[in-house]
Amino acid sequence: MSPEGDKKNWVGKPLPRKEENRLLRGRGKFADDIKMREMLYLRFVRSPYAHAKIVSVDVSAAEAVPGVVCTLTGAEVAPQVQPFIEIAPDPGGKIKDYALAVSKVRYQGEPVAAVMAESPGIADDAAELVQVEYEALDPVVDAEEALKDASILHEEAGTNRVWNGVFEYGDVEKALKEAASVVSIDRLHFHRFSSTPLENNVVIAQWNPKDERIYYWCNNSFPSFAIQFLSAHLNVHIDRIRVETSDIGGSFGIKITSYPQMAVCALASKKAGGRPIKWVETRSEHITSSAHGNERTFRDTRVALDKDGVITAIASRHIDDCGAYPRYEPLGCVIWSQVFPGVYRFKNARIDFTQTVTNKCPVGPNRGYSRMQHLWFLERVVDICAHELGIPADEMRLRNYIRPEEFPYTTPNGCVYDSGNYPKMLQVAKGLIGWDDWKKKQAAARKEGHLIGLGIGTTLDSGTNNFGQSQIVNPGAPFSGNSQGANCKLDIYGEVVVAVGSCPQGQGHETTAAQVVADVLNIHPDLITVRTGFDTERNVHTGFSGTYASQFAVSGLSAVHGAAQKLKAEMKRLAAFVLETQEDDIEFGTGAQGPELRAKSTGKSINYWGLANIVNVNSAVLPVEMHDVTLNCRYIWRAPFKVPDKVRKYGNLTLTYASQLHIAVVEIDRDTFIPHILDYVAVDDCGTVINPPIVEGQVYGATAHGIGAALMESCVYDAVGNMLTSTFSDYTPITAVNMPKVKYGHIETPSPHSYSGAKGMGEGGAAPIHTISAALQDALFAEGIIVDDSFNNADSLFRAMVGKEIGQVGKLVKLERRAQ
Amino acid sequence: MPKKLAKGKKAAEPKPAANAAIEEIPISVQVNGKPHSLSVEPRTLLVEFLRENLDLTGTHVGCDTTYCGACTVVMNGAAVKSCTMFAVQADGAEILTVEGLEKDGQLHPIQKAFGDSYGLQCGYCTPGLMLSAFQLLSRNRQPSEKDIRKAIAGNTCRCTGYQNIFKAIESAAQNMKGV
Ligand code: FES
Ligand code: FES
Repeated sequence: MSPEGDKKNWVGKPLPRKEENRLLRGRGKFADDIKMREMLYLRFVRSPYAHAKIVSVDVSAAEAVPGVVCTLTGAEVAPQVQPFIEIAPDPGGKIKDYALAVSKVRYQGEPVAAVMAESPGIADDAAELVQVEYEALDPVVDAEEALKDASILHEEAGTNRVWNGVFEYGDVEKALKEAASVVSIDRLHFHRFSSTPLENNVVIAQWNPKDERIYYWCNNSFPSFAIQFLSAHLNVHIDRIRVETSDIGGSFGIKITSYPQMAVCALASKKAGGRPIKWVETRSEHITSSAHGNERTFRDTRVALDKDGVITAIASRHIDDCGAYPRYEPLGCVIWSQVFPGVYRFKNARIDFTQTVTNKCPVGPNRGYSRMQHLWFLERVVDICAHELGIPADEMRLRNYIRPEEFPYTTPNGCVYDSGNYPKMLQVAKGLIGWDDWKKKQAAARKEGHLIGLGIGTTLDSGTNNFGQSQIVNPGAPFSGNSQGANCKLDIYGEVVVAVGSCPQGQGHETTAAQVVADVLNIHPDLITVRTGFDTERNVHTGFSGTYASQFAVSGLSAVHGAAQKLKAEMKRLAAFVLETQEDDIEFGTGAQGPELRAKSTGKSINYWGLANIVNVNSAVLPVEMHDVTLNCRYIWRAPFKVPDKVRKYGNLTLTYASQLHIAVVEIDRDTFIPHILDYVAVDDCGTVINPPIVEGQVYGATAHGIGAALMESCVYDAVGNMLTSTFSDYTPITAVNMPKVKYGHIETPSPHSYSGAKGMGEGGAAPIHTISAALQDALFAEGIIVDDSFNNADSLFRAMVGKEIGQVGKLVKLERRAQ
Repeated sequence: MPKKLAKGKKAAEPKPAANAAIEEIPISVQVNGKPHSLSVEPRTLLVEFLRENLDLTGTHVGCDTTYCGACTVVMNGAAVKSCTMFAVQADGAEILTVEGLEKDGQLHPIQKAFGDSYGLQCGYCTPGLMLSAFQLLSRNRQPSEKDIRKAIAGNTCRCTGYQNIFKAIESAAQNMKGV
């Protein structure tokens, strides 16, 4: 037996992923792989218009097609359900949202009807025969136009404004008055894009008439949120809804918002007499009508700076565009404030935040959700101010960064940044990229007319939300804190089985959970089975269970750790009884009979099979005082949060703050205006690392998403709300040919807020978007151009540089220097 | 800029004859070394045939415009996007899918390299990527980085940022030297 003295630490090791065995062999089980007896296939009929009245829907021709079993329309669905819960207070709270459009359509691609047939082909053909008569209405595509309320999307709300609130801290007016200089920036804009997971949404639903329960097999990534919405919407007891997921082909937040389609599938199954309904989204459907990331416009920004270029105050007006229905919104109206000052020290700020609906696809959480827009804004502000004051971009950051000795750092709005060292990350990144060399090369290249820029992006990946922030947007919201559940048991033959309420999509939870349990029990991770996917029937979920918001390393693994500790304590107690010794005489390890517990004093041991046997099938030998030992331990971890102060909008909104610092060198081709990345480095700090290659992989993935979003990926609408990038061929997700080699660096500032020192990570805070904007800006300052948009490609650079239509410094930026 | 759309009915498009009985066509293919003779509708895509008729669900679908390569299989030695071919076009062909990569329970060096290099996260793109790599390495045992990038240009991965996929294919090439 290996004694506990030889204890290996699995946490921190590059353990190969347990998931690989099935995924490499084509044996992953994805939702679309499921086929059931009597299954029907659902096809949506979708609106070609962005804004129109529905005059009539005629399904008769579709229903006449042999093989079509039934159809569903909005008018038919509405009386059977409650409108979906709105998280917003009024006016947004008055919006009535149904899964199929009822009297109006509000974005191109909105589902209007559904056709259910014996095969996907028949459903496709029949959906073409559904005749919908529309009466076109004025579409509103631009957020600022929408706020004028000339054309209203939701009459019941009376306005397009969903939410408005002012976040004000310190004394902004005083700081502006006393500033050595004030920089004004008229308008900045963060574009719409989506992380577009490679697997589209898939739902299989069965409303089973035999037991009156609804069964889902799907790839929704926040099932415990979905069931809360579905239960209220469908008027079904929440315990009567079972959701199972297995392997999921990426989500990045987008698959949180598939609950409306889940509702339609259940209603369709009910109408079809309980036959299971399968809906497999096409890519074009996904891009036009699943969910996009939030688009945001930043107006009338004023920045106060002291004589050294230290920012003392920021005042600004932010307008968030949530598309046609708020759905998960207006949570994004507060989630950005988790990173209110970004990585900077300023204390005075006033952000007037408004969210509006427009005739575009609804938004949903998208990797970096709501924080990345704000972090991008702050990085643009820093670079523009640096340039106006003639301070180098790196120096400007060092003067404004929160200092390493200031952690834990309380932000002006009461968030507590657990740990970090931004100057050190900058130093590591500069070293990796060869900053000084590049500076020289840049100067030389400029003389030859080349447009080369170096950009720095510092970003935060705040993880493990305090859902109490929902009360800042709606004081009546019944949410606060955060929790996660896990179960750890010895099964009848002594197998260690772990279940957790997360819903992974490639983050390797089976592996990292096994690492944690392996350390607690001092056994090899191969001896631990971690259940795949999510299942409400495992009884390990809380209302927050899912995989989103960079939190598994903290909330998920804390729950797993807690359950494993509980199991360990029970095993120890039982072993001490069996081996007739004291608990502190018991050690855990592996012997000839597999994993076992041993009495140090006598050398006697009992293996896991023996312990499990007593509890499960040999219980007469168990004395009454041990009847509470079940070897089946459920543990709910709760984050140590308080309800924030709703009036002051003050409180700790997130438990951990991972950070990333990226540097890019970008050249804009003088002839084609195509921006090329010449060099790229990403430095990451997520505290104590559980599995280094998994973390590195998350950093690369988030970097690719960010570079794609910065240069290639945009959800483009024309003036009447037609989506112009509705296929992968138009949307052009980043490929192996566009993706530069990334140099990776890493520092570790352990978090005092998690049991292991780990900080949640994975979203990455969209560092590349900030970084590439900064690099382009560095290349273009001399040309009198301001990078005022998060999306830049040859076309927009041409329009700025040659057409002089956009990004003109004279129109956008003003510097006011005060005599001191 | 057109402010208002025409009111009224959306122009009726010519509709397919949804009802006509569709004649099935017999095809014979070898998939992963196993012969199959079946009848399929002419419109059945090769990927549908593999997934639905043969239950080989390791081949995936990620798009509808031949962009993403999640559906890549090797047909007669060439990597093809099985979403962009009809099953009837594969009549008489030899097809290799991800399920056929391993031999006697032993992973193919490409599978092993993807695992060892953390070349996958969600794993949805992985079968297609491994088969594109299979074609590359069967034609070029010493691919440059550029060769690798070109070979997988038609395979989208949304999780890994491609970095570890480059590493995986490089190391598979190393391991397959002399094989
Ligand atoms: S599914 Fe075949 S290329 Fe995307
Ligand atoms: S691993 Fe998820 S798409 Fe490649």
